[in-house]
Amino acid sequence: MMPGLSHYLLLAAGLFGIGVYGVLSRRNVIAVLMSVELMLNAVNINFIAAAKFVNHEQIVGQVFALFVIVVAAAEVAVGLALIIAMYRHKKSVNLNDFNLLKW
Amino acid sequence: MLSNFPVLSLALFMPVIGAIIIICLPKAETRPIKYVAAVSTFISLALSILVFIAYDRVQGGMQFIEHIPWIADLGVSYALGVDGISIPLMLLTNLIGFSAVYASWHVADRVKEFFILLLILISGVMGTFLTTDLFIFFLFYEVVVIPIYLLVIMWGSSKRVSKEYAGMKLTIYLLMGSAFLLTGLIALFIKAYTLSGVPSMDIATLSGLEFPLEFQIWVFAFMALGFGTLLSMFPFHAWSPDGYAGAPTAVSMIHAGVLKKIGGYGLIRIGIYILPLGAKFIAPVIAVLAIGNIVYAAMICLSQKDLKYIVGYSSVSHMGYVLIGIAALNLVSLNGAVIMMFAHGVMAALFFAMIGNLYEKSHTRNVDDFGGLAHQMPRLATGFMLAGLASLGLPGLVNFVGEFTIFIGAFRNYRVLTIIAVLGIVLTAVYILRTLGDVLFGPRREEWDELQDLRGPELVPLIVLGSVIILGGLYPLDIMNLINGGVEQIVNQTGLHNIQAALWTGGIF
Amino acid sequence: MSLKFFLENAWLIALLPFLSFAIIGLYLHRWPKISACLSIVSIGISLVLALGTAFAVFATKEGVVYEAAMRWLDMPGLRVDMGMLLDPLAAVMLIVVTLVALLVQVYSLGYMHDDPGLASYYAYQSLFAASMLGLVLANNFGQLYIFWELVGVCSYFLIGFWFGRDSAKEAAKKAFITNRVGDFAFLLGILFLQLLFGSLNYGSLATALEGFNNSAVLLIVALLLFGGSIGKSAQFPLHVWLPDAMEGPTPVSALIHAATMVAAGVYLIARAFFIFSASPEAMLVIAVVGGFTALFAASIALVQNDIKRILAYSTLSQLGYMIMAMGTGAMSASIFHLMTHAFFKSLLFLAAGSVIHALANEQDIFKMGNLYHKMPVTAGTFIVGALALSGIPPLSGFWSKDEILAGTLSSGHIFLYVLGLLVAFMTAFYMFRLVFVVFFGSNEAQGHPHESPWIMTTPLAILAGVSVVAGFPGSPLMHYAFGHYVNSPAALHVVPGALTMIISTLLALSGIGLAWAMYQQKLLEPRLLVDKVPQFYKLLINKYYIDEIYAWIVARAVDATAAWLFWVDINIVNRLVNNIAFFTGRSGETLRYTEDGQVQSYALYMFGGIIVILAAALYLGLPG
Repeated sequence: MMPGLSHYLLLAAGLFGIGVYGVLSRRNVIAVLMSVELMLNAVNINFIAAAKFVNHEQIVGQVFALFVIVVAAAEVAVGLALIIAMYRHKKSVNLNDFNLLKW
Repeated sequence: MLSNFPVLSLALFMPVIGAIIIICLPKAETRPIKYVAAVSTFISLALSILVFIAYDRVQGGMQFIEHIPWIADLGVSYALGVDGISIPLMLLTNLIGFSAVYASWHVADRVKEFFILLLILISGVMGTFLTTDLFIFFLFYEVVVIPIYLLVIMWGSSKRVSKEYAGMKLTIYLLMGSAFLLTGLIALFIKAYTLSGVPSMDIATLSGLEFPLEFQIWVFAFMALGFGTLLSMFPFHAWSPDGYAGAPTAVSMIHAGVLKKIGGYGLIRIGIYILPLGAKFIAPVIAVLAIGNIVYAAMICLSQKDLKYIVGYSSVSHMGYVLIGIAALNLVSLNGAVIMMFAHGVMAALFFAMIGNLYEKSHTRNVDDFGGLAHQMPRLATGFMLAGLASLGLPGLVNFVGEFTIFIGAFRNYRVLTIIAVLGIVLTAVYILRTLGDVLFGPRREEWDELQDLRGPELVPLIVLGSVIILGGLYPLDIMNLINGGVEQIVNQTGLHNIQAALWTGGIF
Repeated sequence: MSLKFFLENAWLIALLPFLSFAIIGLYLHRWPKISACLSIVSIGISLVLALGTAFAVFATKEGVVYEAAMRWLDMPGLRVDMGMLLDPLAAVMLIVVTLVALLVQVYSLGYMHDDPGLASYYAYQSLFAASMLGLVLANNFGQLYIFWELVGVCSYFLIGFWFGRDSAKEAAKKAFITNRVGDFAFLLGILFLQLLFGSLNYGSLATALEGFNNSAVLLIVALLLFGGSIGKSAQFPLHVWLPDAMEGPTPVSALIHAATMVAAGVYLIARAFFIFSASPEAMLVIAVVGGFTALFAASIALVQNDIKRILAYSTLSQLGYMIMAMGTGAMSASIFHLMTHAFFKSLLFLAAGSVIHALANEQDIFKMGNLYHKMPVTAGTFIVGALALSGIPPLSGFWSKDEILAGTLSSGHIFLYVLGLLVAFMTAFYMFRLVFVVFFGSNEAQGHPHESPWIMTTPLAILAGVSVVAGFPGSPLMHYAFGHYVNSPAALHVVPGALTMIISTLLALSGIGLAWAMYQQKLLEPRLLVDKVPQFYKLLINKYYIDEIYAWIVARAVDATAAWLFWVDINIVNRLVNNIAFFTGRSGETLRYTEDGQVQSYALYMFGGIIVILAAALYLGLPG
């Protein structure tokens, strides 16, 4: 059996779900950042799969995936920088220590 | 001569200019600050007297018109103009504004900020009466709210309730009223747009449109709620006594004197003028609530001991007369409502000025603490007496003209309600005379011997407002002609005249 | 100077005292003597003008009627003028008011000479004179009401003139408020007139009213207008303020609360006689209220000990007499009595004031005595007044009282006739009780009573002279000239027969005789009489407990309701508002906990939101 579109979508959904779970439940900022990466990659899989199965004359999906990878790299750079700044400030990477937005 | 000179704009922005000058003055220079405030309000006052005199009564209609298009897409323009209804209220604003500056002569705390806010407040109130554009009207109304709040919470006084509570209550009620109002205005604008195809905020233009009956009813209901809250219509009056009690003297004067009148003015100028059929439908409800004002608030006055609460509730009671005058929707009653707003404004301002002065010196406002003050403070007693007698509608003082005219007008449409309303004159006499008797008359009390009578700047409110009360009462012909000119135009243009004429002549012969 | 001059300038009669008030109030209040002189001069000129006006009015056989007005309030549907209607009725009133006011003001110079508030006293006196004259001159109900209220407020100020006394303060308040109750009805009456007939002018109303005779609306209007009279003329049940009004200086009591202002209610009925006479039921009510008040007040006067209160109840009783006469249709007799009463009652008050002045403010008659020899002028003039009031011929009270009695008889109210005779007897008795105790009694007064200065006795002498002769215009000696001029087409005009004259004179004499027997000769001990009917005596001495009943009503009904309504306002209206605010605040407090500052919670809300939106989109179908 050839894997069809829905298989890819299911894989992506699973990956996205794991990412969401990670973002919402992990207290370690680095783990959260990594979970965000998982979600982005789930999106990438969707793009590629759609490019292959829905519109394979053009390579729009692949281009988008490349964009996402670039943005993700930038995001990681900024994110890690922020994390370092926060760590310097609080000596911690636990998200519970960063509830400064509270009124 | 006056046709091209922007008298109204100058009068309107003179206090703002004064405020700007004060901003530039150093904080410690309290004397120049007060002089600037006094001079700028005096110029406005002089200009409004000029307008009062120069207004062409024969020609009638809107005069001293200024018109600058502003937001073309919404049909908004900076448009000013006055007629027989707005001139008395403009005059009232400036009379009270000028007096209020003198009534706050002894403010010691943050003088600079106080006068800046006060002057902005005066301009804001004046703007609502001068403009002929709905949007500008609403704009000025909102301008008023913020200074009021700051003035109350910063310079107010706490008695039964804290000044923060009073200020908040006042503000919330004002904003609630404006929320209803805004809804109504937006509905009006959109409906007018669909009817005519041209965006317009001009009141006269809007009144020329024929809105469907159902639309008129519900929009007028919204306006009645909004303006009614502002006019302390029963049962939306709860802000009034607490607010006045908490506010500093000048704010009580301006608030009770003129700000409240925006409600009555709006009901006539916007409500009845634009939505006559809706007004006719809702009017009986307003009339019934007006009786609530008159009798209920007057009864409560009987049980009050704090001078400011007495005047606060009494002003709620007096607004009942204005409301029933408006609700009766005929020429005489509307004339009465307008002169009553003017008369009550002057009277209430004088009352608050006297109370404020007394409180400043004695640090109490409780009636039971006083007695026989006429021995020590004959001038203050004169002011109290004048305000009190005006309040109970003594002929020869301007309030009588209002009450009498309202009763005559309202009696045409509401027999029983008017009879109950007339009962108000008895109740008013009871609480006013009780209060004045207990405060001013009776044996001399030693503990108040060191109190200074009114003198210097303190006399200004008494002289200015007192002479208006007396002159207006002795010779009401001219100002009534002026008002009649304005009201007659509205009545004729909206067709109220015909509706009502059919309604009352039928039952006579 | 032609007579026309007086007619055209009659408005000056009211304006001059007003100007005097304004000038004193604004400029002269520091110079009491100058103020007093100004006030007296202006009322003096008014008197001259009033006399000239009267001459002009009575110049022809029928009496001249002159009307002029200027607009005061004018709009489509309501017009109030400041006008003047000069006719015999107004002319008589003008003379009465200006004459008594002038004499009282002169007298006050002596009576009030060392009072620190002399300037304001004269300011109020001037204002009162102006208002009262404006009331008399009025040619429409609007103007009448305006001045009606203004005399009321002058009365308020003058009763409370010595405002340092609690009693004066209370009395002034009571007077004004009680009057306001009457004015409530009066104002409603005016509203009805304007609504039904579209005008407030007497003349226009008289025309518009034709064809309304006997109608129910007219009855309502008449009764409402009469409400004003009840208040101002202190008729039962609104009579309570007048006795208390004696707290004011005695000259004030003489002018306002005996001669002029309290008679305004009678004047109102005379002015609006075309309304009242068109409603027989209203006339009956008026007659009964007046008659009842006459008897009721006379009975209280029998047992009072305060010299001014006796006179006050006597005034009430005499006002009742006038009102009763109006009710029976004898309008001319009523005004005639109003005039004579104004003279002799102000005389009595001023003489009483002279006594009080001499005795350092003593007012209890049983602490006075044997003053006849110490104060001969005062005593003599007082006795003249008392004789006139008792109706002894040929003094003025005799003629007017008999005309009223004749009116009740010929209108068929036999009961009222008998009542009137009874009151005449009681009047003679209580007045001479007063005379014998005060001027001939054996009690020795405290201090050293002395005759008052000439400035006080001269007005007394003049008033005594007037009290003697004022009855002649209504007597056969002058062919009933008074009734000829002061009349109304609808009014009843009868001249007293010999029988009535004889009966009333005999009754008056027997009243005097009884007083003489009881208080001079002590043939009959008053105590014995009291012990016979102790309950009744208690009722009388407590003035039928009317004041107590009113106080109870005010405290229980009005004040309790007021307190309850305040409770409602605070606990229901206000609490409702506060609860709305509280609810808003509390929901904010509660929802605040969702904003915990945790990035992950926010992300969770976002995620949840997306799921909800997606679910909704799936369930409802995707848009677009």
